[in-house]
Amino acid sequence: MDTQNLETIIRKRGAHPGALIEVLLDVQEKYRYLPPEIVEKVSRELTVPASWIYHIATFYNAFSLQPRGRYCVSVCLGTACHVGGGVKILEKIERDLRVKRGCTTTDLDFSLDEVHCLGCCGLAPVVTVNEDLYGKVDLSHVPRILKKYTTKKVGVEDA
Amino acid sequence: MKPYRINLMVCAGTGCVANHSFEIKKALEDEVKKRGLENEVQVVATGCNGFCAEGPLMVVQPEGIFYHQVTIKDIPHLVEEHFLKGRPVQKLMYVPPDAKAPIPKMSDISFFNRQMLIALRNRGLIDPEKIDEAIGRGAYSALAKVLTAMTPPEVVSLIKASGLRGRGGGGFPTGIKWETCRKAHGEPKYIICNADEGDPGAFMDRSIIEGDPHSVLEGMLIGAYAIGSHHGYIYIRQEYPLARERLTIAVQQAREYGLLGDNIFGTGFQFDIKVARGAGAFVCGESTALMASIEGRVGEPRAKYIHTVEHGLWNLPTCLNNVETWATVPEIILKGAEWFTSIGTGDVSKNPWGGSKGTKVFSLTGKVKNTGLVEVPMGITLREIIYDIGGGIPKGKQFKSVQTGGPSGGFLPASLLDLQVDYEQLTEAGSMMGSGGMVVMDEDNCMVDMAKYFLAFTQDESCGKCTPCREGTMRMLETLERITQGKGREEDIQLLEDLSQFVMDASLCALGGSAPNPVLTSLRYFREEYITHIRDKKCPAHVCRELNVYTIDPGLCVTKGHGCGVCRRQCPENAITGEKNVAHVVSQELCKKCGVCYDVCKFDAVKVA
Amino acid sequence: MPNIKIEDLARIQEQVRHTTLLREGAGRAKITVHMGTCGISAGARKVMDALLKVFEERDIKDIILTTSGCAGLCSREPMATVEIAGQAPVKYVDLTDTKIREIFERHVMGGKVVTEYALAYGSERTH
Ligand SMILES: Cc1cc2nc3c(=O)[nH]c(=O)nc-3n(C[C@H](O)[C@H](O)[C@H](O)COP(=O)(O)O)c2cc1C
Ligand code: FES
Repeated sequence: MDTQNLETIIRKRGAHPGALIEVLLDVQEKYRYLPPEIVEKVSRELTVPASWIYHIATFYNAFSLQPRGRYCVSVCLGTACHVGGGVKILEKIERDLRVKRGCTTTDLDFSLDEVHCLGCCGLAPVVTVNEDLYGKVDLSHVPRILKKYTTKKVGVEDA
Repeated sequence: MKPYRINLMVCAGTGCVANHSFEIKKALEDEVKKRGLENEVQVVATGCNGFCAEGPLMVVQPEGIFYHQVTIKDIPHLVEEHFLKGRPVQKLMYVPPDAKAPIPKMSDISFFNRQMLIALRNRGLIDPEKIDEAIGRGAYSALAKVLTAMTPPEVVSLIKASGLRGRGGGGFPTGIKWETCRKAHGEPKYIICNADEGDPGAFMDRSIIEGDPHSVLEGMLIGAYAIGSHHGYIYIRQEYPLARERLTIAVQQAREYGLLGDNIFGTGFQFDIKVARGAGAFVCGESTALMASIEGRVGEPRAKYIHTVEHGLWNLPTCLNNVETWATVPEIILKGAEWFTSIGTGDVSKNPWGGSKGTKVFSLTGKVKNTGLVEVPMGITLREIIYDIGGGIPKGKQFKSVQTGGPSGGFLPASLLDLQVDYEQLTEAGSMMGSGGMVVMDEDNCMVDMAKYFLAFTQDESCGKCTPCREGTMRMLETLERITQGKGREEDIQLLEDLSQFVMDASLCALGGSAPNPVLTSLRYFREEYITHIRDKKCPAHVCRELNVYTIDPGLCVTKGHGCGVCRRQCPENAITGEKNVAHVVSQELCKKCGVCYDVCKFDAVKVA
Repeated sequence: MPNIKIEDLARIQEQVRHTTLLREGAGRAKITVHMGTCGISAGARKVMDALLKVFEERDIKDIILTTSGCAGLCSREPMATVEIAGQAPVKYVDLTDTKIREIFERHVMGGKVVTEYALAYGSERTH
């Protein structure tokens, strides 16, 4: 595994135990998960036991121990989005991508997650795909949104 | 700075950015240049205006003309008509629900003109990435005042006298917190700004940071001076990249001006701020868990008898306040305690808990026509917020309930619409102020489902350190799930009430201590809905899908839809049979009640009972 | 950038004041240049340019400069309306860049209506 990125991250955040969460956040961003080799290296560089890193990594929602998809689809299920029908949107995406929430498609294209409030409640229900945010999403928008990120056929038909 | 005859204030809060406001800003600049107006018209990206549902928004100053839902296509016409010829474009103006004529001016739109801006005083008026513009609107003059004309104890007394209470949840009197921290032993002392904003459905802190970050920095500087601290942290959630970026720029610019660092304003006072990222855990909004997280540990709260003002971050005296609390401080310094206490309810002159002073920002969302951020004086009624500012319930539906305070708060029924919104009255009604989330629900929402929703949230976010919260919320959730699946028992209501009491009494932190509130208030005000779920196995709002029966009206299916077959193809269980021009039928044996058929039918032929 | 002192706050405030004041919609006076199609073809842009230059030269911060559509009297374009806070608006017609400079000096700064160029006194309000 290429550890060049990790070296840059550690140089930026500092090689001490206090920088652990910041380092892990950067690792998650760069590698899209916390690969075991990297965790080991972080453990050595920052002088924290790997068990402690896993303790942190499993506590906070931001970290993943499995490889994540190229596109992370997050469906907001915050209060406003729940009231606005976010669950149905999530279920539709589950069907269209043929993947359950919290999981990644086998081709590593998409990961699907539920999140609690993205702070755009005025636009509920909200879906994000990586950095792109879609507001006031309707069931019929879902295939169009997903199509932007894949050349493969998504879903059965437009709802 | 050059004078411009027109300033185009394009909203660049997250909501409007999602609606392409950066592209619109770019297109405006290009068009303005094309028309040779670049020396007359300036395009400014501002923070959130709060009226997010109508985005992308734009305000044309000095006239105050308000445009909404602007698209790239509108821009050439807009520039020619309004900025060249001076004819505001009607088509892009806001038409209130139920009205015919558009309202040109921002100041005439009831969503805006009923509000009173203190924490959001600069919203939409400055470019948040330019410190000079913030200074132009008075930023850092309160800091100058305290550094030159006030002693730290005087600052503390002023904040105490103002009756300011924490805007992050508990409503603890800010002045008292500062005073205790000031008197605490131990060096160095820390100042923390809580920008974790975990309450799902609240986004005021994000908005303040995105629109006016210097107000928060100035508040923290004033607090630092009052308490005697030289180190500050802002703990911001990882889900807010834009806010974090603006904050980082603001800190950088304040440093360049020497407003952070050593010898601020040449007075010898020193203070600097670090920005720390959260990692996605609701419980980290709790003060002790937040401090653990900054220290690089898992965010588990600790018992409250050790006070963070004495033993906080790295076990040293720490003063932690919410974003909105910090942003309010400079205005109180400049305008005085008397001005602040003139707004709001109660009397704080003897008892700091005796009233609610100043304003509060609410994020008004859910089933209201105008969703967005509203800042209103304490003591305003729920009805004024929901109907006068929010414009009431859309699609002619019936108001059912409003939820305040997020997962720690409660549901209030229509009979309490005239309740005055302040700390005491909300708590008395079983809810709480919380961080200011306000979610409106109509007849299509099921209160048992909503209670289950919040409990699922707290159960998921419970850190697991203490048993009452970890196990108690789990058992409560199971009971609620049972009820929504039609397996509820008569004694479940009593069980929920008993468990609630236990979890509230025995939990370590306020997460567990307040988690039962949504259940208790829904039981208190909407008990009959629980009973219908349990006895009749029915969900009156048809939300709890396990209790629904889906059927297809054969007449409508054939006459209107000609047996279009969309439901048949979409049904994940293949439970629907039929063909073109033949009425479709749902097999009740196969149906797993996912509701897809109901959602996809364009002819309203699928019925729920 | 050097560390700023407390006096500098006032300086920065002054510098950005025209921008911020105008955004708040407040001002001591308001000058409206009528820029309909006819106004523009008759030279309203020149009038506007001249005013902008004066604003910059004099560092004017408390006066709102704005445009509006055709004032309805196309034959007398370019036109402008000067409105001092609390006084009736005055419409000026057949303007040139020199005339508007003169109006600015005598009316906006000096407070006296330039009757030679004025069309009407106390006509309809513009806001
Ligand atoms: C589970 C839990 C979550 C909390 N989340 C937040 C939050 O996201 N933002 C916040 O400002 N306060 C939050 N609080 C309240 C803080 O613990 C703390 O009381 C508050 O930030 C103090 O600031 P204030 O006095 O200015 O309100 C939370 C409390 C609990 C128990
Ligand atoms: S609830 Fe979905 S963005 Fe806030």
